[in-house]
Amino acid sequence: MQKIRIIPTILFNEENIVKGKKFESWRKVGSLYQAIKIYNLREVDELIFLDINSTRKGNIEYKLIDDFADECFMPLTIGGGIKNLENIEMLLRSGADKVCINTAAFNDRDFITQAIKVFGSQCIVVSIDYKKLNNDLIVFTNSGKFNTGTNLFKYLDEIIKLAPGEIMLTSIDHDGMMSGYDISNLKKINEKYSIPIIASGGAGNCEDFFKMIYETGIKAAAAASIYHFTEFTPLDVKKFLKKKKINVRI
Amino acid sequence: MKEIVVIDYDIGNVDSVVSAIKILGYKPLLTNNKEIIYNAKKIIMPGQGSFDFGMKKINELGILETIQSKILNDKIPTLGICLGMHLLAKFGYENNVETRGLDCIDGKVKKIETGERLPHIGWSENYIKINDEITKDIKDKSDFYYAHSFYFDCEEKNVIANSIYGKKFPSIIKKNNIYGVQFHPEKSLKNGLKVLNNFLNI
Repeated sequence: MQKIRIIPTILFNEENIVKGKKFESWRKVGSLYQAIKIYNLREVDELIFLDINSTRKGNIEYKLIDDFADECFMPLTIGGGIKNLENIEMLLRSGADKVCINTAAFNDRDFITQAIKVFGSQCIVVSIDYKKLNNDLIVFTNSGKFNTGTNLFKYLDEIIKLAPGEIMLTSIDHDGMMSGYDISNLKKINEKYSIPIIASGGAGNCEDFFKMIYETGIKAAAAASIYHFTEFTPLDVKKFLKKKKINVRI
Repeated sequence: MKEIVVIDYDIGNVDSVVSAIKILGYKPLLTNNKEIIYNAKKIIMPGQGSFDFGMKKINELGILETIQSKILNDKIPTLGICLGMHLLAKFGYENNVETRGLDCIDGKVKKIETGERLPHIGWSENYIKINDEITKDIKDKSDFYYAHSFYFDCEEKNVIANSIYGKKFPSIIKKNNIYGVQFHPEKSLKNGLKVLNNFLNI
């Protein structure tokens, strides 16, 4: 039986871990290396690292990633600033198992097709950030700064045809608010599409994870704020879920 | 012998296999150099990605016969991980083409077709069928990390352990000196490192 994955997301800018609310008002919440040591000791299921500044800066910090990846004997997804096949190859050589592509996926579908062909679908996570505007769900790129004007479901239709390994969905409205996941939309998406989905944005306590998993059927839950701003660890979340009869790896 | 040859065929995350070997006190040699492979005492074939692309790379590098000869004639201990395990098969069918593999263990690499979402990504339990050196100190039903859409359909006698995703598939296989694991030991925390260490100690 496949286990539900509880995945800490680590947003970083140089060697600092940062976290914001709704993709704004970023603040430093710790050091990268320290966090990796802690998560390694805590035997988390998987880690997602996102460089929030990489797309804007136009370069990827391979050296930094290479250094911290050596400490990670769990699956590692790296995102931020990925634009071409060479970027992916360099990241895989630096220790990434999967890469998370957001802005470049929206701008260049052919790049995603090529990436899947060369590296295999299991390696490619397409990350999608969306926001509710005038009762419509709209896709945003460039770390939530660029309004594409494209409807979320229209974009999902196109991306899922390309058959990436996973889709990571983040509701910008819920991000950092710690008041629960965007359950109704996640449920709709998970029912409509047959692809592994990682839900992201909004977890503030253990119950939020349970509700999302139970009500949407999604099998992977990413979160950041809860691990930075509360006493809950990924293991606490999993112990809570286990009590609720959710199949997790303890 | 502490030196472990890790075949570098430009595919997937090789860095974590290399650092896992180092942590376990062995010396990894990441290479696609024919001579170094020829002198290998133990080989690990890592890999993620597609079967046809992997074989194409091995052919282009001109190391196919050297690898085959080390595995089949010199019979050195060999471990294939995920795609590295798949390439040990006779044939693979990824990207809708039949591709000839290294042909070291009888069987074919086929898509998991059960209605479950693909790829199978995440942690799943490992059911040990035969106790072997490779499963030493591994409890039955331990979790390992998987990332694949294809599985190695081999003869039942070569199956050491199974996992389930919609249906049963081999998670550890063995034929003489050759081992294959469908999961990623280098990414499966303590249990994974144990499996890798068991292989390195053979």
